[in-house]
Amino acid sequence: MTGTVSAASGPSAAVEKGAAVTGLVPFGDAVSRYDPVIGLETHVELGTATKMFCGCPAVFGGDPNTHVCPVCLGLPGSLPVANRVAIEYTIRIGLALNCQIASWCRFARKNYFYPDMPKNFQISQYDEPLCVDGWLDVTIDDPGAEGGSRAIRVGIERVHLEEDTGKSLHVGGTTGRIHGADYSLVDYNRAGIPLVEIVTKPVDGTGELAPAAARAYVTELRDLLRSLEVSDVRMEEGSLRCDVNTSLSPRGSGVWGTRTETKNVNSLRSVERAVRHEIERQAAVLDSGERVVLQTRHFHEDTGTTTAGRGKEEAQDYRYFPEPDLLPIAPSSQWVDAIRAGLPELPAARRARLMGEWAVSAREFMDIRNAGAVDAVAATVAAGASAAEARKWWLNELVRRANEAGADVADLPISPAAVARVAELVKAGTLSDKLARQVIDGVLAGEGTPDEVVAARGLAVVSDEGALLTAVDAAIAANPDVAEKVRGGKIAAAGALVGAVMKATRGQADATRVRELILDRLRA
Amino acid sequence: MDSGIVRMSAADLAAGIAAGDLSAAEVTEAHLGRIEAVEDRVHSFLHVSAEQARRAAQAVDAQRAAGEPLGPLAGVPLALKDVFTTMDMPTTCGSAILDGWRPPYDATITRRLREAGVVLLGKTNMDEFAMGSSTENSAFGPSRNPWDLARVPGGSSGGSAAAVAGFEAPLGVGTDTGGSIRQPAAVCGLVGGKPTYGATSRYGLVAFASSLDTPGPLARTVLDAALLHEVMAGHDPRDSTSVDSPVPPVVAAARQADISGLTVGIVPELSGEGYQPGVLARFAEAVELLESLGAKLMEVSCPHFTYGLAAYYLIAPSECSSNLARFDAMRFGLRCGDDGTRSAEEVMSLTRESGFGAEVKRRIMLGTYALSSGYYDAYYGKAQQVRTLITRDFQAAFEQVDVLVSPTTPTTAFPIGERVDDPMAMYLADLCTIPANLSGNPALSVPCGLSPDDGLPVGLQIMAPVLADDRLYRVAAALEAALDRRRGYPLLDDAKGLA
Repeated sequence: MTGTVSAASGPSAAVEKGAAVTGLVPFGDAVSRYDPVIGLETHVELGTATKMFCGCPAVFGGDPNTHVCPVCLGLPGSLPVANRVAIEYTIRIGLALNCQIASWCRFARKNYFYPDMPKNFQISQYDEPLCVDGWLDVTIDDPGAEGGSRAIRVGIERVHLEEDTGKSLHVGGTTGRIHGADYSLVDYNRAGIPLVEIVTKPVDGTGELAPAAARAYVTELRDLLRSLEVSDVRMEEGSLRCDVNTSLSPRGSGVWGTRTETKNVNSLRSVERAVRHEIERQAAVLDSGERVVLQTRHFHEDTGTTTAGRGKEEAQDYRYFPEPDLLPIAPSSQWVDAIRAGLPELPAARRARLMGEWAVSAREFMDIRNAGAVDAVAATVAAGASAAEARKWWLNELVRRANEAGADVADLPISPAAVARVAELVKAGTLSDKLARQVIDGVLAGEGTPDEVVAARGLAVVSDEGALLTAVDAAIAANPDVAEKVRGGKIAAAGALVGAVMKATRGQADATRVRELILDRLRA
Repeated sequence: MDSGIVRMSAADLAAGIAAGDLSAAEVTEAHLGRIEAVEDRVHSFLHVSAEQARRAAQAVDAQRAAGEPLGPLAGVPLALKDVFTTMDMPTTCGSAILDGWRPPYDATITRRLREAGVVLLGKTNMDEFAMGSSTENSAFGPSRNPWDLARVPGGSSGGSAAAVAGFEAPLGVGTDTGGSIRQPAAVCGLVGGKPTYGATSRYGLVAFASSLDTPGPLARTVLDAALLHEVMAGHDPRDSTSVDSPVPPVVAAARQADISGLTVGIVPELSGEGYQPGVLARFAEAVELLESLGAKLMEVSCPHFTYGLAAYYLIAPSECSSNLARFDAMRFGLRCGDDGTRSAEEVMSLTRESGFGAEVKRRIMLGTYALSSGYYDAYYGKAQQVRTLITRDFQAAFEQVDVLVSPTTPTTAFPIGERVDDPMAMYLADLCTIPANLSGNPALSVPCGLSPDDGLPVGLQIMAPVLADDRLYRVAAALEAALDRRRGYPLLDDAKGLA
């Protein structure tokens, strides 16, 4: 008995001591002395029509407990039947991540008690995942590097298929967690939605770029999953969820430290912040001579910090064993080949193609991508605009408006076709840039197509030379002293006359043409 | 009560109803009357659904009156083990933890029976969650053996067996995980079949051990068991382990009853020391009888059968420890201690502590241990290897013989209370039946007379290759016919417990 107590007291004492170190080491200092190693576990809810093991709709939301049946409620006697489409989607993901696809594997039961788990075990995969050993190439912003970016290859350990749990709502208490809550409500609509878990191999050697690398990986993975059309990958709705593992290794030691696992980091920005915070926190723990404790941590969006969850040293034994209610998954090589043949163009290949077609540098392309405007630019080019025009309107104009509105650029109420039409009108000389912005205002305000806005607001450039000459002559007549200076060779003075003409035409003249006409008149 | 009707076979009842000589309503009334008369002594049922049974019988009569075709068992009453979900009746699995639960769906077996026009009389008693060999593990008290009310009817499907042996129903449905149909059939003097694993659907069968659980028929004649087998069996897309192949011609085989030229293998590992002498004597006579009917005999060793019991008591508890985790007071059934001061975990623990009986807890603990990290390979992993070896023993044996035979149980029905405090003695009741569960092979118990030492029924077990269930019925029907001819009257006429 005594032996048991003393054996248990070691780790728990360390937990308390480790937790007592609350300071942070400034990031730059931390990464100058420690090499971060990161790893990511990403859960993706698949966009299948039905749940993983029953016929209930696999949709987000709905009134609580309306998308349920005996199977996904885990009622006595019910049995699971695997969703073939979910298996196909998982193989699709595995292939896109350059994984090996198992020719034979099984589901396993992961046993633990929790109120939002209907059966108190989760049907998952354990030592026989469907896809193993792949990789994903990721580009990280690196202002210090040539071309402003750096490419890394993130190893993929495994991709496996499992079922999602229900959702608990803990009412009362201060933390929103089960401990301290007055009571809890459980919604099983989400229970049984197919969930794919994608686990990376440890990623080291990224140094100060570790937080950016984590973010870049999740971004790349999200784009990849979206292109595969297997999930709507909405982090805010929880269809893409990340657990971030972080550890520190004293620089040059080659010895990896103990990792922490930060759970449910649910936005791209949070992924970056969580890694950054863990680096700063763990560096402080190590600097004080303590050791980092293997544990689960929770990320707090408001403060950008993490706090300890349950210690993994007292981790549960999940008692995995092969799921006896399901047959093994044995995808034929023909099926896998057919899935491979049906893969769409993947984001990396598409980027390479678009960079060539648009004649932009990696850095310039990264700007478009970071602005979330790749699809919009591509669609605008497809609608007839040149790449330069499309980039100009989306990046210079619409991104700014999206930022002002706090919206994603892709969600602005203007179609790529409309942007292409604006560009066309500018190119034809019908609109000046300034007028074009007003047309975009009109389209965004819901006033119709660019042509309708031009007509309704009377925004077309005055291109009737007769009307323009009348305005030019009037301006010269009204400013004889300025006209005299221009005649005397002071060409720069013509600006005042141009301004007068533009004012007279309410800005709807082509300023370049106006200038030409003024200079012609005064030379004559 | 019309004692004539309740003593009729299911085949004769169905024929009488189809011909209009009997109405389904009167057949149902006769059985409800018999239940009324003997149930307080036998305690076969946990729930009798008289009104639903009457309505189902009337529907069959109306169907016949309208000239619509009737199924082969239309209008025949049946006792359903309380482990299958039923929308119109409680489903308790013999456990306090499910007391009061009304399932919102019918098991596939329940649905198939209803669609065939079978009249469900109610739900029968069982060892809690099908764990046991006597019904003494039922939270609602034991059933009694109609041959001797002081003895057990076997288990876990003891309620269905007692109902059929006690003439409360001509047919019963049970489930067999380690012998839970064959052992009660043997000790009650009935025919009980465990089909090939996956031949009968598990959807709506509350799981004990998923890789072993098999629904099957209990009846007083081989033909009746075959008729019920045919109604129950068939592919079910809701059960992934369901076999997608045609149902073997079991009814035709039962009618054929000819075994000339068949090679019968005797398994020496399922015999000898520890077996009741009277059981071995009747078994030996039955084997001789098979030979006299034209079968060739051969001894076939299955060396790994010896390890069957040990492997079973690791695999079945492991699966049950996971299957029974869902009984957590959250969504259905019993809830204890929810007074607003306790956490969900505390309510779960209190409910499971008070809702599960001792044997269920014992097996949950055994299984939890066997699956634990660090023990898995030595226990669960090793047991799965034994399972593979037993399956290979069967395959090798069936390269030499058409069927294997053994006693169904080492002893006849034991007295109530004798083994409740000795789990190992209780587990030994399934010694001979377990190998077929581990391998998935079909097996059936057929009466082979009364033990000379105690006058109680002895069962002979027949085992066949996977999906050759028809061979079981062919051999059983031949033996049954020969024994009935020799005796001159049905075996169950000797059952005096309810006289």
